[in-house]
Amino acid sequence: MSLLEVTDLRIRYARQGRLKAALRRESHDFEAVCGVSFTLEPGQTLGLVGESGSGKSTIARTLIGLKKSSGGSIRFDGAEISQASGRDWARLRREMSMMWQDPVGSLSPRLTVKSLVTEPLRINGLPAGRTEAERLLGLVGLPAEFATRYPHQLSGGQARRVGVARALALDPKLLIADEPTAGLDMSVQGEVLNLLAEVQARSGVAIVIITHNLNLVRHVTDQMAIMYLGRFVEQGPTEQVFAHPRHPYTKALLAANPEPDPEARHERVALSGEVPSPVNRPSGCDFHPRCPWAREACAAKEPGWTEESGRGHRCLFPL
Amino acid sequence: MASAAVSHRTAEAPQTADPLVSVEGLSVDFATPRGTIHALRDISLEVPKGKVLGLVGESGCGKSTLAYSMIGLLAENARVAGGAIRMGGQDLAHLKPKAWRDLRGTRIAMIFQDPMTSLNPVTTIGKQMIDIQYREPISRSEKRARAIEFLEQVQLPDAAAKLDVYPHQLSGGMRQRVCIAMALLTRPDLLIADEPTTALDATLELQIVTLLRELQETFGCSVLFVSHHLGTVAELCDEVAVMYAGEVVERGHVREVFHAPRHPYTQALFDCDPARIRQATRQLPTIPGTLPDLRQPPAGCAFRARCSKAFGRCAAEHPPLHAAGPGQVARCHLNDPAEDVA
Repeated sequence: MSLLEVTDLRIRYARQGRLKAALRRESHDFEAVCGVSFTLEPGQTLGLVGESGSGKSTIARTLIGLKKSSGGSIRFDGAEISQASGRDWARLRREMSMMWQDPVGSLSPRLTVKSLVTEPLRINGLPAGRTEAERLLGLVGLPAEFATRYPHQLSGGQARRVGVARALALDPKLLIADEPTAGLDMSVQGEVLNLLAEVQARSGVAIVIITHNLNLVRHVTDQMAIMYLGRFVEQGPTEQVFAHPRHPYTKALLAANPEPDPEARHERVALSGEVPSPVNRPSGCDFHPRCPWAREACAAKEPGWTEESGRGHRCLFPL
Repeated sequence: MASAAVSHRTAEAPQTADPLVSVEGLSVDFATPRGTIHALRDISLEVPKGKVLGLVGESGCGKSTLAYSMIGLLAENARVAGGAIRMGGQDLAHLKPKAWRDLRGTRIAMIFQDPMTSLNPVTTIGKQMIDIQYREPISRSEKRARAIEFLEQVQLPDAAAKLDVYPHQLSGGMRQRVCIAMALLTRPDLLIADEPTTALDATLELQIVTLLRELQETFGCSVLFVSHHLGTVAELCDEVAVMYAGEVVERGHVREVFHAPRHPYTQALFDCDPARIRQATRQLPTIPGTLPDLRQPPAGCAFRARCSKAFGRCAAEHPPLHAAGPGQVARCHLNDPAEDVA
């Protein structure tokens, strides 16, 4: 049985007041995530990739119960959680935890590192003394004397480690990491990702990594899904997707990743324009106005999800 | 020491013999309550005419401080402790505010990291673009026409209509295009771009970098491109300077520096870039250790404590910029010809 099983997940955001919408005869909300499905096994890592506004962080917030879904199902550890109550969530959040995007901003500036890392234990009525703090700091490779420091006395990488310690304090089954390396220097990025890999190897925690950095996805995930306007456009084992992208958007994203080699001959995929608004979706395929391979049919017919040999894509004319 | 290396470099790279800007031994200090931070120490480099110089390094290495000192926008507590920035017979490091105002927006322009906060949110794009042409002795309608012309140059669709919109009505990529258009309006000799694509998505980043390259070729200006993204530097720049802890540790042509880095920090930095690792791996390389405290920069090499190749001399003697190849210099004793003999 999979640890996490998401089926046809739909999430809506309000756009304007209900009254105003009714007067204008428009819908008051729009679908930010429409029909996303995936599964995650214990000990595996899934990468959610996409540009800003593609809905990847919305999925993360819904997985951890900060946003209600409007349709579909989320099964965690065998139980349906999309309709879970506040009391259910108090229990569930012991088993899944979140690493937030801003390493320093997600730590309270008025708490010491010791209080920060033991806070999840305290909330759940578990022992939260010095021993626990030192164990958690040791887990993420911070010296014990850091316990008395405040967040502003930490570097970005150190603050990120504190974030990892907080997320792991309750020994969760699922860890959701929203842009775990954003704002970190390249020499520190590796440290944080190695730490996550090490923890995963030891505890078997399943990880969802949300990022726009394809270079990272390639090294740290088993499965990846590429999102565009709230839909998966492609999904599959990371190696295979990199080796042979089927969806034009995946190909464009991979090509937009300049290689640090001045001699490299880039296979460019020039995308014109910008991501359309999810409020006014294009007809047919979401991607057709920007797609260099678009044909007439793409504007008329919405492509369905095609699955073949463990991978899937949403394109009428896959590459 | 540094000047010897500079003359050596000029001898081997004649195309930079007549640079647009030459920074000579620049040092900048910041006064803070916890002591003086020596943020830039003995920086020497040249921005070649009509070329793109990339400035690479991790946070806190001083790349933005250097960029800001070249347009006179250093913070209040900054002090130029030594050296000069020469451009067309003037020393920019010791310029009076009045002289700066004559220079900024005419010969030197800048594009900032965040296109949202660098535009005025309460006036239209058109008004901002007309206002910055206040020096031009032309009519308002001519200024408006020029604004449209430059918005077309940066490939903004429906340029004339964009004059009447406010910044919040544009996407991040479009706002950055507007900023580029505004920077180029005055046809500057030097365009400073401080991480102009960091706030943008990957596909937009590529669009903006390509645009910058095209415009640089059209306008023939020099560009100082500050970035921590090695891929975009490889894509856009002709020359590159790598900074670490307030010093330039290596510089040269992009091709040479990227293919044969001669400073251990440059090598380590390149090794850390996951984009350069061909085989998928779960164990990513890192640079262990942290930056030295810039209130008391170490006596020897600044990178010594984190360097896998450090030896006795590194602790005692501060390395000069040794010639390390054609047009390439590196601040590392390993490039000293005397070390080969020993």
